[in-house]
Amino acid sequence: MRIELTVNGERHEADDVWEGESLLYALRERLGLPGSKNACEQGECGSCTVYMDGVPVCSCLVAAGQAQGRDVTTVEGLAGDDGLDPVQQAFVECGAVQCGFCTPGFLVSTHDLLARNPRPSDPEIREALAGNLCRCTGYEKILDAVRTAAHS
Amino acid sequence: MTSTETRTTGKIGDSPLRPDGTLKVTGEFAYSSDLWHDDMCWGVTLRSPHPHARIHGIDVSAALALPGVHAVLTHADVPGLNRVGLEHLDQPALAEDVVRYQGEPVALVAADHPETARRAAKRIVVDYEELPALTDPRRALDEGVPQVQPGGNLVRELTIRRGDPAPQAPVVVALDFEVGMQDQAFLGPESGLAVPDGEGGLDLYVATQWLHVDQQQVCRVLDLPPDRARLHLAGVGGAFGGREDLSIHVHACLLALHTGKPVKMSYARDESFFGHVHRHPAWLRYEFGASEEGRLAYAKADILFDGGAYASSTTAVVGNGGTLGLGPYNIPSVTVDARGVYTNNPPCGAMRGFGCVQAAFAHEALMDELADRVGVDRVEIRALNGMRDGDLNITGQLIDSAAPVAELIRTVRDLPLPASPEGERDIRDLPGGASNTTHGEGVVRGIGYAVTYKNVGFSEGFDDYSTARVRLELTGGEPVATVHTAAAEVGQGLITVEQQICRTELGVDRVVVHPKNTFVGSGGSTSASRQTYVTGGAVKAACEAVRAAVLRLASARLGVGGLRLDGDKIVSASGEVLASLADVLGAEAVEETVEWHHRPTEEIDPETGQGNAHVQYAFSAHRAVVDVDVELGLVKVVALDTAQDVGKAINPDAVVGQIQGGSAQGMGLALMEEIVVTDGKVRNPSFTDYLIPTILDMPPMQVKVLEYADPHAPYGVRGVGEPPTISSGPAVAAAIRAATGKALRRVPVRPEHITL
Ligand code: FES
Ligand code: FES
Repeated sequence: MRIELTVNGERHEADDVWEGESLLYALRERLGLPGSKNACEQGECGSCTVYMDGVPVCSCLVAAGQAQGRDVTTVEGLAGDDGLDPVQQAFVECGAVQCGFCTPGFLVSTHDLLARNPRPSDPEIREALAGNLCRCTGYEKILDAVRTAAHS
Repeated sequence: MTSTETRTTGKIGDSPLRPDGTLKVTGEFAYSSDLWHDDMCWGVTLRSPHPHARIHGIDVSAALALPGVHAVLTHADVPGLNRVGLEHLDQPALAEDVVRYQGEPVALVAADHPETARRAAKRIVVDYEELPALTDPRRALDEGVPQVQPGGNLVRELTIRRGDPAPQAPVVVALDFEVGMQDQAFLGPESGLAVPDGEGGLDLYVATQWLHVDQQQVCRVLDLPPDRARLHLAGVGGAFGGREDLSIHVHACLLALHTGKPVKMSYARDESFFGHVHRHPAWLRYEFGASEEGRLAYAKADILFDGGAYASSTTAVVGNGGTLGLGPYNIPSVTVDARGVYTNNPPCGAMRGFGCVQAAFAHEALMDELADRVGVDRVEIRALNGMRDGDLNITGQLIDSAAPVAELIRTVRDLPLPASPEGERDIRDLPGGASNTTHGEGVVRGIGYAVTYKNVGFSEGFDDYSTARVRLELTGGEPVATVHTAAAEVGQGLITVEQQICRTELGVDRVVVHPKNTFVGSGGSTSASRQTYVTGGAVKAACEAVRAAVLRLASARLGVGGLRLDGDKIVSASGEVLASLADVLGAEAVEETVEWHHRPTEEIDPETGQGNAHVQYAFSAHRAVVDVDVELGLVKVVALDTAQDVGKAINPDAVVGQIQGGSAQGMGLALMEEIVVTDGKVRNPSFTDYLIPTILDMPPMQVKVLEYADPHAPYGVRGVGEPPTISSGPAVAAAIRAATGKALRRVPVRPEHITL
């Protein structure tokens, strides 16, 4: 099948998409956007989180065909022309990135949290990021980064 | 695969930002699963469904007939020696006549779409005859059980005999302990891309922990000389020991050479659970004898590790468990018997803190038992028995640098405690959290302590070294250093450390980290908490050689001797600035390559276990505070605080990050992380059923870093990565015991262990 969608503000199309392919696979392997990560491909880790029509979703759980005509924003679309988004900047500066495999998902989830709640409390941060696994950091510096981004 | 450069200044002791940080937050950093090549195909692995079976035949014809399939390979297609293994060459790259564990690779498929490859793999017909499986490691050495390997079921037996062979003591405590099988659960799946060069050789881009050992293994199976199989480090999404053994390496190369096409392989999460080794489950029987005051007189330990079907790192795990398994204590008389055995369970190998992690649960539980028996405070009994600089450990090795056991355990005790719960509580802070299982009723708080130690670097006589090439030249009129090592960056921040050392030694701001590959000598393994020490030592030594060469150049140009480098200035013996580094370099590039070895260690005596087995020890302590819903058996860790001696913090922020992350993994083993294996089969190969701590599970952590320089190590550093994973779990288990009064002799602690 053929799909057409908008990713990070640009129209993309892909041909010969197999019905079983996920949006994550289409982004990574067909559209040249491997920033969204594939740590579990079963909806458990959040590393594949993207915005679809402004709502964060696990792109591994969305069939590529379901993204037809939709508007998707990935980690590659977070930075603006004038540099990194404050959430990205905070993750770099607070040491919230080690291996970084969880980072794209955390960035999108945090970006969404701060858009909804610009001054989240620690319990609110933890609740909002509970669907994102990180194996390297123990989350302390991720919390630091979210707090920092909220104050920037 | 791109080289990384940063202008962020930062010498050792500063905390400059990681040079790959920006690439990682923009999504541009190329992890091994992101690689892509024109015309590439996808490789998949067919694995054994049985823990033990004979293979009578493999029919690949139906798979080959599927359109889009480019190759289907079995052991018959292996050109070289069909054996891999880190310490013993005991595992076929592709199974021959027998499979020895569920998940053993049997055949490979390359196709133009991963789904086509998966469907083709399902069409391969393997004629298995199931064999009786040995799945209880405690029976592995009995008569009449299935023999897993031709040489029998024993991988290694280690004995330590020290002091009085028949010791007596007025106070005797003993226990049995069991540790479940933990998974590294790195988030980046095993993956890579093999690209044939059209001349019979290839380039392999892969996420790994030790490029050169991988290269040796790949070349042996492919029957290629090293210059025909070049390895490149692709972006690594965490490792924790799980990338020491091969995963896709040989398989992707076999497919690439057979098809003549680039081949990408990337495991899905369920395959990842079968595609790498796990932490050894262990059965431990311990006894301490002590004076009425609680001073240890003797210790006995019997430790069994289940190595699974192939040896992997079992030899070294037994080595650590045996030589370090009584903890950081002074013990005059010692009897240790440690064994690793083969079974038809999943192979077990390296994971952060190996050997010590398992043993620490036992010695720390027993230390609490001893404290209670003799009426000594649980912190003070550790201070009383703790090692100090100048003591001998249980293999008779002199501890010849700081061993601040007493200070570490008292430091964590003295850190502020979380407020005691009062009045109405936020349910999110309670066990069960937002599941709303309690409002505080039935919830009991407990506090637990643990202190442990770990060897740094490779031990028991292994020639452990790293190689660094450093080049200094002018770029755009400015001196720039380029550092090239093959030491794997897996997320821990070694590349930042390499830059810091270059800046410190050469007085330059700009340091380029060359992509990691096999075009420079071995960096050794990114494991055993060793890279800052060993590759750090190599980079330092290479910088010193470059500096000496630059000063020779300066002496020749300026016609004076006795020069030194001060920042980026060449100064005379009297301190007068004579030239800048840039002036002296001119159009020259100065490059030096140094292979740097740490102090030699030695094999231990086969009967007494005595000897200088290890190069360095690293110590840490934890205090855990937990709230336990004793009616439902749910645990909330409220605080997990730690103190660790790191010798010298080269990058203090990164050190804290390692300690926090390591602590989380230890906590995970105490509370939730277990690969459940029944009858040789893994029951929970997914993140749905294998749980790792989330941000809701982790408490705030206070981290206290001590810096007692090790005079034998570069800059005084002490390995950092593993100790926190060793002491955190036992502290959590102790806290749950304190809250519940239950003995809890097995981890992970499950709700039913608390409620029943
Ligand atoms: S990859 Fe989508 S949730 Fe893990
Ligand atoms: S930084 Fe490695 S998984 Fe989060």
